[in-house]
Amino acid sequence: MLTQLTHDIAKMSRRRWLAATAGLVLGLAAFTQAKAQETIKVGVLHSLSGTMAISETTLKDTILFLIDEQNKKGGVLGKKLEAVVVDPASNWPLFAEKARELITKNKVSVVFGCWTSVSRKSVLPVFKELNSILFYPVQYEGEESERNVFYTGAAPNQQAIPAVDYLMKDEKVKRWVLAGTDYVYPRTTNKILEAYLKSKGVKQEDIMINYTPFGHSDWQTIVADIKKFGSAGKKTAVVSTINGDANVPFYKELGNQGIKAKDIPVVAFSVGEEELAGIDTKPLLGHLAAWNYFQSIKSPENEKFIKAWQTYTKNPKRVTNDPMEAHVIGFDMWVKAVEKVKSTDADKVIDALPGIEAKNLTGGTSKMLPNHHITKPVFIGEIKANGQFDVVWKTPGLVPGDAWSKELDGSKDLIGDWVGKKCGNYNTKTNKCGGQGS
Amino acid sequence: MSATAFDRLRAAAFSLLLLMAFAAPAFAGAFEDAVTKFANDDFSDTAEAIDAVAASGNPLAFPIISALNDERLFADPESKKVFIKQADDKIIDAATGAAVDKLPDGAAEVRLNNRLRRAVDTALGSLTLMSPDPAKRISAAQSVFKSHDEAALQAVDEALAKETDKTAKAAFTEARAAILLFKPDASEADKLDAIAVVKSKGDQEALALLTSLGSDQPPLIAKAIAGAISSIQGNLALWSMVQNAWYGLSLGSVLLLAAIGLAITFGVMGVINMAHGEMVMIGAYTTFVVQEVIRTRYPGLFDYSLFVAVPLAFIVAGAIGVAIERGIIRFLYGRPLETLLATWGLSLVIQQAVRTAFGPTNREVGNPSWMSGAFELGQITITYNRLWILVFTLAVFAILLAMLRYTALGLEMRAVTQNRRMAASMGIATSRVDALTFGLGSGIAGIAGVALSQIDNVSPNLGQSYIIDSFMVVVFGGVGNLWGTLVGAFTLGIANKFLEPVAGAVLGKIAILVLIILFIQKRPRGLFALKGRAVEA
Repeated sequence: MLTQLTHDIAKMSRRRWLAATAGLVLGLAAFTQAKAQETIKVGVLHSLSGTMAISETTLKDTILFLIDEQNKKGGVLGKKLEAVVVDPASNWPLFAEKARELITKNKVSVVFGCWTSVSRKSVLPVFKELNSILFYPVQYEGEESERNVFYTGAAPNQQAIPAVDYLMKDEKVKRWVLAGTDYVYPRTTNKILEAYLKSKGVKQEDIMINYTPFGHSDWQTIVADIKKFGSAGKKTAVVSTINGDANVPFYKELGNQGIKAKDIPVVAFSVGEEELAGIDTKPLLGHLAAWNYFQSIKSPENEKFIKAWQTYTKNPKRVTNDPMEAHVIGFDMWVKAVEKVKSTDADKVIDALPGIEAKNLTGGTSKMLPNHHITKPVFIGEIKANGQFDVVWKTPGLVPGDAWSKELDGSKDLIGDWVGKKCGNYNTKTNKCGGQGS
Repeated sequence: MSATAFDRLRAAAFSLLLLMAFAAPAFAGAFEDAVTKFANDDFSDTAEAIDAVAASGNPLAFPIISALNDERLFADPESKKVFIKQADDKIIDAATGAAVDKLPDGAAEVRLNNRLRRAVDTALGSLTLMSPDPAKRISAAQSVFKSHDEAALQAVDEALAKETDKTAKAAFTEARAAILLFKPDASEADKLDAIAVVKSKGDQEALALLTSLGSDQPPLIAKAIAGAISSIQGNLALWSMVQNAWYGLSLGSVLLLAAIGLAITFGVMGVINMAHGEMVMIGAYTTFVVQEVIRTRYPGLFDYSLFVAVPLAFIVAGAIGVAIERGIIRFLYGRPLETLLATWGLSLVIQQAVRTAFGPTNREVGNPSWMSGAFELGQITITYNRLWILVFTLAVFAILLAMLRYTALGLEMRAVTQNRRMAASMGIATSRVDALTFGLGSGIAGIAGVALSQIDNVSPNLGQSYIIDSFMVVVFGGVGNLWGTLVGAFTLGIANKFLEPVAGAVLGKIAILVLIILFIQKRPRGLFALKGRAVEA
């Protein structure tokens, strides 16, 4: 490498020579430093500014915390882990640029990041082209299985469908309001739910679908509509895929217009402990959320994690939430896979990951599946006055995540299998790879 | 009285006493068993316990169920004992009523879910029908109306016979009607009467009750039900127009509040101030800080926190506004593109600064008690926070208008904005007036932030969501005219709220934007264009 450099220098003009020397000196300095302590670099690709900062900043902190814990245990393969944090600023194209920067310039071995589906879709081509690994920690609409991506959040069958089942069986709900923010996750989830409800014999007139723009703040009309829809003599529930900031004014309006959970319960898929921290939860008592993790779940792993997290952040009130747990599981799985193949090489780690098991924080063991999704338990929690959730129902065991929804005509024959078939969208009817999707 | 008769009486009394002595423990045993079930931490056991306790007739039934409702019922899973924490923090044993020193360590609240909360409501309803407080009787009657539980009929009849309060009487009559409608063996005449009562109630609950009756009714009753339903629906449709108009006014007041400061900085001064939204956000954060201080130091004053926050937000945002004008904008007068870019950059800087100082997550700003909840006006629900915001907005508007019209500063402001050189030659310090005008606009944006913190998120992004709407209102209403801003805001609010039920929230917003673009093509100067030489200056 050095001889190559001197050769290059000889060919350079005098002016560039000066710059190159400076670069060489810097490079040598970096080289000797790296030799003193070789590290494995871990990329963190979460928005620290802009609209999504509200949710994603915590996930950045989570990865830093996990790296810190791992380094205390001696790192991985005898090397320390080093976080490389970038800020894609809630700007979807910038996600792709920052991902490229992480992989090519910073030479990270793995990236933990993204929140919205559109940001994930934006970085996908980069991860494919440069063959790196992305761990994606948020519940999403499914209909995707990529070789370079590991989905540690819930697929629709691990969150939406069990929640609807609960309402149907325990609350005897007959009429449904599907309310969501107008973008890909709510639209796809509601399409899946609508198909599922109809397959259970719910009539079209008993389903009301409503979309609102991002950051919608005037909910008077919609809440009044829900009230009206709910007064048709049949038990009514609201399934909410309303995202981010819009939830606070929505719940405030529900509380003010006196819609109680015992009359019309709202089950939300995007409202967790973190979101509730900004609301007075007393009027919301009994409204529901479906997640794979709640801070209030009592298990030794969870109690240990919450304590360590609050000590790390020096904030005894800091809450934990579901996507954080997804990062905990994903990080643990990556560490185990790297230790198994004794290398951080992307191809080797990708092949090693399916089948790896890691403890989740609710007392079970999650497993990475061949479709790059994981097995998770599903919990339904009711909002309590203290801003936490009280688990009122849970699935008997762990639910394996479906990459492709069984409810939609376009995807019910597809499976993702990166172990046997080496294919993300294998059609089980035609026995061919590549039915639909990317 | 003869001796034999006396003896017989004595024997009877004795046997009665004996009977009571045996019966009472058996009775208490069933009650205690039911109470013990609360300790099982199982939702179906709790449901059984609620029913059994409510039906027991035991004097402890009401304290137990109301404690359950208020999360004051505790159970110890070890000893299976159940405790009530009374309002005065004293603890009693729920099964016996005996006082207990303190809760055992393992005791935890008895958990409820929505199904159980409904059961508690029903139980409380039948237990409080005879309460001395008319408000409690009314809410009890309402919960009976909802549950239309046949078992409550006798109690409702008794309560109705004794009732003297007019509202409570009406509520009981409605509850009775609801029960009769669902009672399979009630006579046809009774049912027809009941339908008439429910029909005259005429709200959404009445509609829900009638529609849930189903279609398998005798023809005469089915016809009466159908008639009542269509009459209620017709009535509600009318009310929904009123409701839309109210929602429109309320949305309009929020738009006006957000835009009113911009009407000064952009409308009167002509500065394209992209950091206007951030002034609103700073006002909201000022409210947060004020509430935090009040919460920790003087919790009793919480209801007055907004009265402290309003002047403070005006001062903080106004001071920042003056600093911005002196530091940046005064160098950029007459260069709209540079002003736009500079203030936009500034808005990002302020956002990130707040994000660093307060964190990226939402901050909780509480509603004072007088701004929470709602009241019914006919068939529409009016929430207090929206009502107060409307009143507040109109007050701010009136004060601002009076200030511009009657104070010296207002006169100078109008003079400078209409003809700067003439004003300067009359001895007005134009640069001082510029700074004060910009400060005034920013301060009013800060006040808007106090009000908006009551209905929206307090997060660093708060301002961004209002900036487009604010510009829309000012441009639509006519630049440089406060009345135009007022009319523009309410027009847009009402149009939006009438479009929303038809087109949906997303399409409704798009439709409004398209309409504004078309309108601006026709009248480029907005609704109320300024006329005269000032326009050309």
